[in-house]
Amino acid sequence: MANAALTQAPAATGPRTSLRRTIGNRRTLGNSALTVLAVSLTLLAMFPLFSVLYMLIVRGGALLSPSLFTELTPGAGMEGGGIGNAVVGTLVVVAISTCLALPLGFLGAVYLAEYGGDRKLATLVRFAAKVLTGLPSILAGVFAYATVVVTTGSFSALAGGCAMAILMIPTVMLTSESALLAVPSKMKMAAFGMGATRAQTVLRIVIPTAIPGILTGVMLALARAMGETAPLLFTALFSDYWFEGKLTQPIASLSVLIYNFAGSPFEHQVSLAWAASLVLVSIVLILNVTAQFATRRPEEQ
Amino acid sequence: MNSQELSAPMTSEMPDSGRDSAAQIAAAVGDAPVVMDCRIKTLHYGDFLAVRDTDIPIVSNEITAFIGPSGCGKSTVLRSLNRMNDFVNGFRFEGSVHYRGQDIYAPEIDPVAVRRSIGMVFQQPNPFAMSIYKNVAFGLKLNNFKGNFDERVEAALRGAALWDEVKDKLSSSGLSLSGGQQQRLCIARAIAVEPELLLMDEPCSALDPIATRRVEDLMLELKEKYTIAIVTHNLQQAQRVADRTAFLFVDTSAGGRTGYLIEYRPSAELFEDPREERTKAYIRGEFS
Ligand SMILES: Nc1ncnc2c1ncn2[C@@H]1O[C@H](COP(=O)(O)OP(=O)(O)OP(=O)(O)O)[C@@H](O)[C@H]1O
Ligand SMILES: [Mg+2]
Repeated sequence: MANAALTQAPAATGPRTSLRRTIGNRRTLGNSALTVLAVSLTLLAMFPLFSVLYMLIVRGGALLSPSLFTELTPGAGMEGGGIGNAVVGTLVVVAISTCLALPLGFLGAVYLAEYGGDRKLATLVRFAAKVLTGLPSILAGVFAYATVVVTTGSFSALAGGCAMAILMIPTVMLTSESALLAVPSKMKMAAFGMGATRAQTVLRIVIPTAIPGILTGVMLALARAMGETAPLLFTALFSDYWFEGKLTQPIASLSVLIYNFAGSPFEHQVSLAWAASLVLVSIVLILNVTAQFATRRPEEQ
Repeated sequence: MNSQELSAPMTSEMPDSGRDSAAQIAAAVGDAPVVMDCRIKTLHYGDFLAVRDTDIPIVSNEITAFIGPSGCGKSTVLRSLNRMNDFVNGFRFEGSVHYRGQDIYAPEIDPVAVRRSIGMVFQQPNPFAMSIYKNVAFGLKLNNFKGNFDERVEAALRGAALWDEVKDKLSSSGLSLSGGQQQRLCIARAIAVEPELLLMDEPCSALDPIATRRVEDLMLELKEKYTIAIVTHNLQQAQRVADRTAFLFVDTSAGGRTGYLIEYRPSAELFEDPREERTKAYIRGEFS
């Protein structure tokens, strides 16, 4: 009796069971084990990425200098030179493809998210876009070759931009659609409730709210397109000269430069390929980081 | 009180006859000017009969409160008064809602125009992902307002008892506010355009007693110029502010959950001397 009274007394004031963390406890052990597993697998997954970056910096960093960006690609067996024409070329081709893919992909997404719903056309477009995201990039090149290069009669920056745009459109469209759909419907209802038309609601509420998500989609598509080589081989080809503002002529690009020089018997060209790889990765990285900062909402700052 | 618990025994015991007749509703209005005459015969969401037989006249320059247990269709009725239910798939409406003599469900009516003159504050706070200032100015821009924006925005924020809290951060996002502040922002946004009729769905459910009182004061002030219909779970609030009160209940007898009007009367009469049994039980339950 006395014992029972003693064991019950603290229960009224203190907690029933101990709340202290115990190391040997099965629950605690399981928890730690899962954390360790998740962290180590993540590190394993990051390993290839960091080893690639490491190699790029070690092998490509050696040639980094201002002249790398201001000089033309050297011919076979020659020393010196840079990759200036390829950097400019890549930016030009990507600009062309963005100009083509952004309006088409974005407006397509607005249709899908705001007007299409479950309509047959919308379902079809969505299905086609999903299939196109998996399109082997070489097919985009072949398509642009058949439609642009053959009809205009020459390899050109424009053809390269078209090939890239085909790769970008589905990504831009699908990611923008999900960004638009992620806008809470209660915000739309608030706008409708104020007497906004559908167009006003889409233009003033839905699109501005979805901009960060849309830009993320565009950046993803850009990053992918920028590294593509195959579609450019059939379309933009390459050029050892500076871009002179003519979109109808072949143009240099970093990815094709890497493709051409990496297998070259001349050591200097191989190191230029490394440098070009480092520059390409850096451009993609810089674009991504800028987009992240540019699209950050005020309340997250 | 848990109103759902209450509803089960009551509906099975009592016949449908315990509700106001058309004549009683007409008598409750008397010769007061009705700005909106809501006559719902049936209101469906798909196959689901959500509300039936609900006639609620809304008198000009008054506050009309809708009370009743959760799920009885108060929000549904309120939303049908500015055609917000049009956005629900499968929504069907039989009956009429006459606003200043025009049936807003008539085919020639533009629902957008209806919503321009009938404002709404929703049950859930729903500010836009833009600055506090722009939130309030949104409706003004929609209506091509030509006057002084700053003045109107300040007046609206003061009216919603929010000005002092946000006057130094008008450019920060409306989403950065607390839940109760967001709700007051939505009230400010709705009153900035000075709608002739303002529908408010539980506008004070996320507010503390002080902010609640200030919103109530605002409603009393607004009714000098405008008309207000408000849904509330707070019976004291209905007693404090509402000139007339409509009590809705839910009929579960046929296996469905159909809301309908039980009693519509001046608030003082309804709360002090309820006519219908269900009204008595609901009010008693709430106070016990
Ligand atoms: N969009 C909708 N689609 C289908 N059914 C709905 C929809 N909105 C409401 N309902 C149904 O209509 C009935 C009435 O809902 P309503 O939201 O009007 O209730 P309420 O009286 O406002 O309740 P509360 O006091 O909890 O807000 C409920 O049974 C609900 O499930
Ligand atoms: Mg409700």
